Amino acid sequence: MAERSFAREVEDLKLGEGDLFRGEGILAITKALLQSGVSYVGGYQGSPISHLMDVLADAKPVLDELGVHFESSASEAAAAAMLSASVMYPLRGAVTWKSTAGTNVACDALTNLASSGVKGGALIILGEDYGEGSSIPQERSHAFAMKSQMWLLDPRPNLESIVKSVEDGFELSEASNTPVMMQVRIRACHVHGQFVAKDNKRPAYTIKEALENPVRDLDRIVLPPVSITVHDREKIEKRWPAAIDFIKSRKLNEWFGPDEGAVGIILQGGMYNSVMRALQLLGLADAYGNTIIPLYVLNVTYPLIDDEVSAFCAGKRAVLMVEEGHPDYLEQAVNSILRRRDINTRLAGKGALPVRGDYTAAVLMNGIQAFLEEHAVALLGNRPPLPSADAVLADPKVKALNAVVPARPAGFCTGCPERPIFAAMKLVEQELGEHHVSADIGCHLFSILPPFNIGGSTMGYGLGPASASAFNVDAGKRAISVMGDGGFWHNGLTTSVGNAVYNKHDGVIMVVDNYYSSATGGQDILSSRADNPERSTNNSIVNAVKGIGAKWVRQIDRTYDVAKMRDTLKEALTSKEEGPKIIVASSECMLNRQRREKPLFSKAVKSGQRMVRERFGVDEDTCTGDHACIRLSGCPSLSLKHTDDPLRDDPVVAIDNTCVGCGNCGEVSEAAVLCPSFYRADIIYNPTRRDRFAAKVRNAVIGFLQRRREARRVVFG
Amino acid sequence: MSRPINPISVDEKPIAIAILAMGGQGGGVLADWVVALAEAEGWVAQSTSVPGVAQRTGATIYYVEMLKPKGGQMPVLSLMPTPGDVDVVLAAEFMEAGRSMLRGLVTPEKTTLIASTHRSYAVGEKEVPGDGIGDPLAVVDAFDVAAKKTVIFDMQTLAEKNGSVISSAMFGALAGANVLPFTRNAFEAAVRAGGKGVEASLRAFGAAFDRARDGKPDKVARKPDKLLPDAPVSVGHPKLDRLLGRIHSEFPPVLAPMLYAGVKKLVDFQDPRYAEEYLDTAARLLVHDRDAGGAARGFGFSQEVAKYLAIAMAYDDVVRVADLKTRATRFERVRKEIGATGEQLVYTTEYMHPRAEEVVGTMPALLGQFVENRPALLKLLERLFSKGRRVRTGTVGWFVALYALSSLKPMRRTMLRHKREMAHIGSWLETASALLPANYDLASAVIGSRRLVKGYSDTHSRGQGKFDKVLSVVPLLKAREDGGTWLKRLVQAALQDEAGKSLDGALATVRSFA
Repeated sequence: MAERSFAREVEDLKLGEGDLFRGEGILAITKALLQSGVSYVGGYQGSPISHLMDVLADAKPVLDELGVHFESSASEAAAAAMLSASVMYPLRGAVTWKSTAGTNVACDALTNLASSGVKGGALIILGEDYGEGSSIPQERSHAFAMKSQMWLLDPRPNLESIVKSVEDGFELSEASNTPVMMQVRIRACHVHGQFVAKDNKRPAYTIKEALENPVRDLDRIVLPPVSITVHDREKIEKRWPAAIDFIKSRKLNEWFGPDEGAVGIILQGGMYNSVMRALQLLGLADAYGNTIIPLYVLNVTYPLIDDEVSAFCAGKRAVLMVEEGHPDYLEQAVNSILRRRDINTRLAGKGALPVRGDYTAAVLMNGIQAFLEEHAVALLGNRPPLPSADAVLADPKVKALNAVVPARPAGFCTGCPERPIFAAMKLVEQELGEHHVSADIGCHLFSILPPFNIGGSTMGYGLGPASASAFNVDAGKRAISVMGDGGFWHNGLTTSVGNAVYNKHDGVIMVVDNYYSSATGGQDILSSRADNPERSTNNSIVNAVKGIGAKWVRQIDRTYDVAKMRDTLKEALTSKEEGPKIIVASSECMLNRQRREKPLFSKAVKSGQRMVRERFGVDEDTCTGDHACIRLSGCPSLSLKHTDDPLRDDPVVAIDNTCVGCGNCGEVSEAAVLCPSFYRADIIYNPTRRDRFAAKVRNAVIGFLQRRREARRVVFG
Repeated sequence: MSRPINPISVDEKPIAIAILAMGGQGGGVLADWVVALAEAEGWVAQSTSVPGVAQRTGATIYYVEMLKPKGGQMPVLSLMPTPGDVDVVLAAEFMEAGRSMLRGLVTPEKTTLIASTHRSYAVGEKEVPGDGIGDPLAVVDAFDVAAKKTVIFDMQTLAEKNGSVISSAMFGALAGANVLPFTRNAFEAAVRAGGKGVEASLRAFGAAFDRARDGKPDKVARKPDKLLPDAPVSVGHPKLDRLLGRIHSEFPPVLAPMLYAGVKKLVDFQDPRYAEEYLDTAARLLVHDRDAGGAARGFGFSQEVAKYLAIAMAYDDVVRVADLKTRATRFERVRKEIGATGEQLVYTTEYMHPRAEEVVGTMPALLGQFVENRPALLKLLERLFSKGRRVRTGTVGWFVALYALSSLKPMRRTMLRHKREMAHIGSWLETASALLPANYDLASAVIGSRRLVKGYSDTHSRGQGKFDKVLSVVPLLKAREDGGTWLKRLVQAALQDEAGKSLDGALATVRSFA
């Protein structure tokens, strides 16, 4: 079970009619699902939607009471396929993942789902991981909606609108027999706000009922000719018009400001708050949403409602399309609508606004100003001074900061069990030279950054070893690929390991097993070691790879054994055996281990139990300030300090009290033969009488020898 | 489509607060407190973050806005800061304060910058073989340009002293800075409502509140001043007083503090006689220094000799390590460093990895050379000794073993390692003093190049290699007036990266002079 408890958040899911919900956007969505009478929920964890999965995983009693089935899907593809339950049955289902990463994985199922059409509302919640803080390539989910014909919601980023959008989404899906996607950007997922809750609703139709009354409708199965003659026709002739009607009649899109105006702005719902701030800074709106520029807010960005668009544009000199990211799908579509209806309103968009990147309030402020300067300069009035940091940023004293403010990329946590794996790899490379290293997705990717600088590519989740598959020719070196346990179970077992076994790939596959899907927040997976009453855990990775045909397999149970790690890797790189050389390196994610063990330790100490805490230290007298140990570690607790000793030029290494005693630095300094400065200190809390006696004897002998030597030592005072 | 149109009123503006922290610093807790505070006071507050992978060490920004509702209308708040429009910036680390300015979040018309002066070094700073730590004074310089008001002190240490974490201290500093329209009581109520570690949080909060009120910023320095006291005239021990007497009588006063530091180090390393040898060499080189016109140059050459000769003579060998690890003062220091208290017992385990080289180095010179010339013997030693040893210094057996090793000190002068070190020192000083008449600066820089020789085993050989590489271009620099400057540049380059890429680049430049 994930080591972090979401018990407090689960309480929020129980709020009833009229209660005030206060919390994060993604939790509001979770609550909205239960208010909408959802029957089943699935998904794959990942920023920024992990908490939806985490909270539901901890919410078993609430879900049981409502009769909601929740599943931690093996991948986004599995989650998307789960929505198949809404094809034949009037079941409301929701799935979630990080997009576009997860949408890519889910596409196969989504295509089929969109072709079949749905009877029960099918909602796909996309954590749109775009812009600052994103961890994936910069693409838009919009294209997926267009190519498969699914509807795309993009609600205004406040909790009330987001919750309403979930409820509308289910209804829209049912009204138009089409799966609906709802995209929520990073900041909106994490925004703290409030909304007035409703009672949770039991599903009108349950999964049990469906299971016991199976339905088989040939028209809903994706098989030619149905997919061509029925589904494709339905999409255009039935589902599309139904959606347009629903969106129009229910007014899912919104209008703000005056009806008439020389100019107006069309915007994605998600851009609303930033556009409002930009207008406010330009003196065209206030802090309470009152604007003198007409706004047409697309809470549904696909499909566009031609009538609404043309009515908004008609009679205006110019309209600005605010659409974050590229390509400019919306701008093109609006242009088409205007052209077809021969409306001569000028449309500005990309050009006034940048083609790519975050549309921050500052970017929008400048873009809207440029738009108004061209089309309605009078509105800018006497131009209040705009906020700007340009003068400050141009100052040499501020510019000088560029040289001293260090980059601070994410890295391995203190005590991370993956650190010694890459320290060992670096040691092997010092001996055998650099190798091609294919990385995967997950915490281990941080090896690409300093101080390890290991890893030359990353191609997707579970694809690390597959991305090394071309490197399978007779050569003086072998390719190394790295994959986490998360990627392994996501699809790495077949796509990467199976592929390597079948094609007799000669490379080395390092599976980093830290007992959790750690990078996404420490969720359990198939090989997690903890007993989880709701799930099947403790399924061995070694058995899995052997089952798929791998022969050369080594299990390392303590990654901190750097010497063993190094020797095993060396053996893998030099072994004569055919086929992939698979090393499964296992140690528990330290972040989760500490979450579990720290409270237990404190409790035991408080109750008077004898406990031993280990941590590491550096003798500054013997440290020569070369920092070789840091180049093999990068541990946050392994730091530096300047000394006042005039005979030392460079800062010495120091370990701070956040050290968790994982042992990596000692093992590394031993394996790499660095220096004798590292020591491990065992601190015995609540020593027993025996401990105290032993200490007394030791102190007597050691103290005597020490005093003897001190007495003879000639020193300056 | 007719809607009531409200007139716009541009007077009300939300208060904008940006928090810059690193993953794990509790930036989220701080943002939650600010939100809770505002909500309890009847304001609408909104916070957002882009934590990305914040459970680790990356830089993270939390952003909070707040405004009172007006006539039933709720404010529309922004999800991200706008440069030039931020009222308060809280930086939970000093370079993050620098980053906030680089991002344009701090502007002189508007922004109060509250920053902790403590540093948490980035990997890029730590991994440099020399000193790669960024200069915090650059951040201090930028305050005057960028901030309207600053509250600057070490909130990390203050929090630790009060048994809490930095977020409580920062919340206290925010209250003390008097930039939000809420009372101290309201702030404290928010902490209480949070419910976790309330007592300690409030202690740190209170201390930081007072500290922010008293207004004086903590002094920020790049590094502590080096401790270079004047040499005393006498310490009451005849052998030591003799050394002090020599420092005062044989050397110009400008050299005395560094010579005193050197003498102290070498007496501790070996014995007073060893320090005498150090002064002998320094005195001999001082003569050359004088002849080369050193008096007019503040005896820069001898200054370098006083420092680097002491460092070179106090090389790190097994005897030294055993000595340092067994001292009573070391036992006390460890207890203090790891924060052991009261009746807690502490045992240390040293991670040592002796190699055949160390064993041979400890042998008498002739025997050592004999073994070295016999690969089979050497291999045997390697097999016997070369492996990681976990030495439990706090147990009697291991302590006695180390103690015995350190008692070899009187024999050190006969050991092979000592002979090697002395030979290396000899040729190094020779190279330098031969240059003195022709190029004073270059000669001084040759002495300073010794900085490159440090570390143990592989690290030591790499340093030695860089040292040799740097000195290899001395003939090319001899005739150049700026030869010394160039050699110093080479040393700096050598300290920049492990593989010596910067050094190779710099060397290529120097070779192009020829």
